[in-house]
Amino acid sequence: MRLFDVLGPVMTGPSSSHTAGAVRIGQTARKLLGEPPVRAEILLHGSFAATGRGHGTDRALVAGLLGMQPDDEAIPRSFALARQAGLQFQVGTILLRGAHPNTALLRLYGAGGRKLEVVGASIGGGRINICQIDGITTNFGADHNTLIVHNQDTPGHVAAVTTSLSRHGINIATMQLYRSGAGGYAVMVLECDQPLPADLVEELRRQPGIVKVTSLNLDPAE
Amino acid sequence: MSYSSVRALLNACKAEGRPLYEVILRSDLQESGLTETESRARMRRLWQVMTETSANYCGADRSASGFAGGDAAKVEAAAAAGLLYSGGYYAQVIAEALKTAECNACMKRIVAAPTAGSCGVLPAVLLPLWRSGAADEDAVCRALYVAAGFGQVVAARATLAGAEGGCQAEVGAASGMAAAALTDLKGGTAEACAEAFAMALTNLEGLVCDPVAGLVELPCIKRNVIGAVNAVSAADMALAGVVGHIPADEVIDAMAEVGAAMSRDLRETGIGGLAGTPTGQAIRDIVTMAEEE
Repeated sequence: MRLFDVLGPVMTGPSSSHTAGAVRIGQTARKLLGEPPVRAEILLHGSFAATGRGHGTDRALVAGLLGMQPDDEAIPRSFALARQAGLQFQVGTILLRGAHPNTALLRLYGAGGRKLEVVGASIGGGRINICQIDGITTNFGADHNTLIVHNQDTPGHVAAVTTSLSRHGINIATMQLYRSGAGGYAVMVLECDQPLPADLVEELRRQPGIVKVTSLNLDPAE
Repeated sequence: MSYSSVRALLNACKAEGRPLYEVILRSDLQESGLTETESRARMRRLWQVMTETSANYCGADRSASGFAGGDAAKVEAAAAAGLLYSGGYYAQVIAEALKTAECNACMKRIVAAPTAGSCGVLPAVLLPLWRSGAADEDAVCRALYVAAGFGQVVAARATLAGAEGGCQAEVGAASGMAAAALTDLKGGTAEACAEAFAMALTNLEGLVCDPVAGLVELPCIKRNVIGAVNAVSAADMALAGVVGHIPADEVIDAMAEVGAAMSRDLRETGIGGLAGTPTGQAIRDIVTMAEEE
């Protein structure tokens, strides 16, 4: 383990998994939506549901949706800040079969009409795993620049996407493919070494057969 | 690469003729890709947050559950009134451990050291020395590198997570790290730092993680006090030339073995130990009812 993982991170208490990790799930969901959310349904599963209020998990998720970092001292006041920012939200509980004990499901509605459903788990030490996007299984930590492409399950989409990345000089670190069923709906998740420019994302959105493109770029400090 | 044994760390000090903190700092530069200037700035920033957490403590704050807050203020008031056995440095260590751990429970900004649950131990032993002028910022940062180096070995050989190894892996590890830091601050040798670390971890071996209602409050906050006070005792023994006889690496391995043998109920599940007592369960029910409202 690196030295500043043993000492650190700087975070708002009380729990790296239930608070710092929850901020990161909210923050990642906001980035994946690609615009500020105006409405959010937040559903807590397992230990998040049982001890979430005591650990500030609910306030941490809302803080993340507002774009705050895990060490922001305003996290405890995030509910009031959300009202000021025009973000309506509801917090409830849910039972997700087979999910990690520290899991949240977020349904987001953006200012420009975008919608997104994300399932994220806090897996310890503030690290997270995004387990589902719009009902399709995924498995990434949001610790790389990440491109997520939803497309019809027909030939050629992987080649088209990787060609676009190559043209922009972007190196792929890892790549995962998922689908709802043969000939149905598919998702590819690409973790990349370089940030993903907006024009690349727009270019992919215009390609036939591609249903939805979301991307997540790391903050410069990370 | 960080060191996976205390023995290798001590050998590197001898072979390179460098002090412990420098060997630890350099090994991390290779691994993290940071420059020495960046690394030192990052360490100063961690120390700055530790001082701010303590300075921003407010005795009137309470956690969301209502069960945490106000204890450090009580200890400080009683110490000032001369009502306690411990005075001076020891009383300040107790108060500072409570302060940072209570701030954590009250959703204030802290440094996980090595975890949020054990965040009070290192600042507790260092803050009083820094305030009195016995240690300046450079000396404190050097001691923090020493602490982190021992923490890295624990992470490599065992675990720093209560869910895997119980409280011995969090407060126990923090206590060992703090003991090594204190020994270094007083001019102890690298060998003496290792002895202090080993004795501190030995004395908390077997400590379970049994948080009431699953919250980082009860007993976590007061466990930070035992971690800090234990670190001072272990450092004093090591500085006096006392040795623990079981080498640090073997103590860490024993801690890992004990952690693995611990029932799941005693590893951060909020089921066994204090969490399972009638009062612990009653508190859990109160907290759960508040969650459902």
